[in-house]
Amino acid sequence: MLNLVIFLPLAVALALPAVPRRAVPWTWIGVTVLDLALVIGMWAAHGTGGGTAYETNVRWIPSVRAGYHVGVDGLSLPLLALTAVLFAVCAVYSLRQTRRARAFAILFLFLETVCLGLFAALDLLLFFVFFDLSIVGMYFVILLWGHGDRTRSALMFFLYTFLGSLVLLLGFIGLYLGADPHTFDMVELTRTPPLSGGPAGLTLLAVGIGLGIKTPVVPFHTWLPPAHTDAPAAGSAILAGVMLKMGTYGLIRIAMPMLPDAWRRYAPVFLIVGLVGVLYGALVALAQDDVKRLVAYTSVNHMGYIVLALGAAGYATGDADARRLAVTGAVTQMVSHGLVTGALFLLCGVLYDRAGSYDLARFGGIARGAPVFAALTAVAAFASLGLPGLSGFVAEFQIFAGTIGSGTAATAVAGAPAVLGILITAALFLRVLHRAVLGPPGELTALVTDVRRPELAALVPLLALSLVIGVVPRVLLDTIEPLSAAVVALVGRR
Amino acid sequence: MNENPADLAPELCALAAAVAGLVAGMFLPRTRQWPVAVVCSAGLVAGLAFAGVAASGPDLMAFDAFSVDPITHVTRITVLGSTLAVVLLAAGPVRDHPRESEHHVLILLSALGTIMLGASSDLLVLVAAYLLASIPAYALAGFGKDAPGTEAALKYYLMGALLGVLMLGGVTLLSGVGRGTAYAVLRTGLADAPPAAVAAGVVALLAGLLFKAGAVPGHYWVPDVAEGAPPAVAAYVTTVPKIGAFAALYRFCAETSPDGRHALLAVIAAATMTLGNLAAFGQDNVRRLLAYSTVSQAGYLLVPVAMAGRTGLAQPALLYFVAAYAVTNLGAFAVVVAAGRDDLAGYAGLLRASPSLGLSLIVCLLGFVGTPPTAVFVGKVLMFGAALDGDSAWLAVVAAVNTVASVFYYLRWVVPLFRRPSAPPRPAPGATAVTTVVATAVAAAAALLSLVLGIAGGAALA
Repeated sequence: MLNLVIFLPLAVALALPAVPRRAVPWTWIGVTVLDLALVIGMWAAHGTGGGTAYETNVRWIPSVRAGYHVGVDGLSLPLLALTAVLFAVCAVYSLRQTRRARAFAILFLFLETVCLGLFAALDLLLFFVFFDLSIVGMYFVILLWGHGDRTRSALMFFLYTFLGSLVLLLGFIGLYLGADPHTFDMVELTRTPPLSGGPAGLTLLAVGIGLGIKTPVVPFHTWLPPAHTDAPAAGSAILAGVMLKMGTYGLIRIAMPMLPDAWRRYAPVFLIVGLVGVLYGALVALAQDDVKRLVAYTSVNHMGYIVLALGAAGYATGDADARRLAVTGAVTQMVSHGLVTGALFLLCGVLYDRAGSYDLARFGGIARGAPVFAALTAVAAFASLGLPGLSGFVAEFQIFAGTIGSGTAATAVAGAPAVLGILITAALFLRVLHRAVLGPPGELTALVTDVRRPELAALVPLLALSLVIGVVPRVLLDTIEPLSAAVVALVGRR
Repeated sequence: MNENPADLAPELCALAAAVAGLVAGMFLPRTRQWPVAVVCSAGLVAGLAFAGVAASGPDLMAFDAFSVDPITHVTRITVLGSTLAVVLLAAGPVRDHPRESEHHVLILLSALGTIMLGASSDLLVLVAAYLLASIPAYALAGFGKDAPGTEAALKYYLMGALLGVLMLGGVTLLSGVGRGTAYAVLRTGLADAPPAAVAAGVVALLAGLLFKAGAVPGHYWVPDVAEGAPPAVAAYVTTVPKIGAFAALYRFCAETSPDGRHALLAVIAAATMTLGNLAAFGQDNVRRLLAYSTVSQAGYLLVPVAMAGRTGLAQPALLYFVAAYAVTNLGAFAVVVAAGRDDLAGYAGLLRASPSLGLSLIVCLLGFVGTPPTAVFVGKVLMFGAALDGDSAWLAVVAAVNTVASVFYYLRWVVPLFRRPSAPPRPAPGATAVTTVVATAVAAAAALLSLVLGIAGGAALA
């Protein structure tokens, strides 16, 4: 079942060249929706229990004990569902894609397999394969369908994240060599953490930098704004909504359980890096006049919350309940950020599609000519700044409650200023609404027509899901909580 | 002492095919020598079959100088397979050439020398193999009898002769102080010998092998030969001799010294990958670009050689990487042969004009980078593992940084594929329909094999 979910998009991608041109978009939408249904089915069948389900473990490269090992648990399921949702939404959004539509669909289906595979991988080498392939896929998306200085942005994206992936590989090999007997299997590595002392610290450094570049944390975020700005709207949505999660997912799945000693020892580093990301991302976003760049920087801010929470979870002296809350909040934030930022990038795409510009100063009073667009933008902005009733609030509340409430001085000191991040985010989104949506008409406002049906069909589910999570988060949280309890226990062991 | 000629069946097949090709070439009319290509291909296929059978047999030593072990099996299969691909690539361009039969025979003889280079565990056989592998290749480099080819052949020859003589001196010194030429004898003999003499001998010996491998400091011939020689020959000399050279380097290091020759080779590896990458940056001629890329790949390949004797990962890393490299490099050169053009700009719009060729090139170039799931990726993982396990984390980091740097110039070649061609495509000079079809098939096969080796790597490693 899980293998079907992972490889169905790829199989269809391989068959797509044989599909008649007119049927391509509908085939694409059909398969992504089918895949989403399968993921939901898996989630329903797995329920909220802990443990790993739908495991497949096949020998792959036996001489280094690497296998094709996949499975799902409370951490994978929400992310798999998020991935499936976003890819389905992007397929719907791209219904009007005319330039090389077939290749576009093939590339996105390929990316979907890669992303789903990554979140299901239970083998480090397999994880790395998907991690690297996602870079290649996104490189071509930016290079071929991007705009602006896309060649340069794509190259920068590739070089930067590829360097990160190689450092990550060195860290993985460190874990492999530390294990006795040598293995890449995540389950075995989690059961018996392979390293301690100095080597563990170096391995955590390698893994942390590798995943940190992908997350991205300050100061490794510089690839992100150009890549996001020049990517096509659907590409940005996937890049921000799914691929940034690979970094934080790796921290929870690999770094914390497999290097518990080192994680506890260097938890302050993650706290500080998270805090810097939160404040820096928000402040730089505040200064942007380019809407898409602004959204890109809010991603730095939002991912900063996650790193902050995970750092707080490393304080073993803290209150266990609070640390669990922090991890749960972090995972919820991943899902929430995927939905909301995906929506924001698609909205930016609508703007660019009509007016060919992202410049905030040249828009104004969009609400008059495009009321639906304005309403959707407002909802997405409020979701992003963490208004109660929307998913961002649930996530951020848990993160702050967990971080500050864990009772150690360091987490409280780091957590308190991070709340300021929310304030700045609120300010910057209100500024966007004020200048672009309300206010006097700008020079490009006349070009902005209201959202079309495919765009509406893509945006509404994202924001509706955010609302659902905001109002009834129980289903999501029940799935995550056993997992966060397990992670906190794993980090705490000596 | 084991003197069973059947243990050398793959080599004898290649030899028999070469001799038969030479004889047939004398009697066939000048313009109808294509049967020679068939004979040579058949010999290579038969050799591959024998090598495959031998690979499942036990390790043994034939004639006290020729090891039949996993290193030899991989060398045999990779060399014979690569040579088969080269013969196919060359069949079109040299068709009806007055020296067609010589071309194929020279390739086969050089390949034979390469296999012996990888299999010999005796210094004297090593020298003989070196000469057999080199001399036909010098002639091949100048096969076109044009100015760039002549210059390439001359450079290749002078470099090879100089470093070959140096190597001979090293062999003399080592056999003198080690009281023998067989590696098993040297292992005990060199341990008691004066360290300075051993060091001088080893350095001189390595000079010759590094020349064959195209590694620093013996790499100066690589770009000129790759650019000046006929494309199929360029594919040959940048792929096949390296296979034997790395096998020989590894075998010498692992069998004559309990802990390998770590420090010297590690430094050479770092220098080779860095210099190769830096030189590749500015190249606008794809053959020069590929030549420098092979230099940098030689640097990665030297990492497991430097780790010989220090970790169990070194040997699988080397063998897998060598095979992966051969497949990838041949694929890239096959694309050059099929496209028939050397300038980067000439590749604009290739993906649209010929999707299979464009995709093969993308797979091969990303393979060079080490992107999963290609063969080189598995090789690189093993190589990084060997470096870390051999307590040379710095070397792993240098290799990782170099890999990232290399992405830049490989992508420089990928980007134009998607562009619209600036001018209507001119017919490439010297390319016939048959050449293009065969070369495209070889390129696609290589790309496919690279993916298969990457995904189902376990079967090959086990």
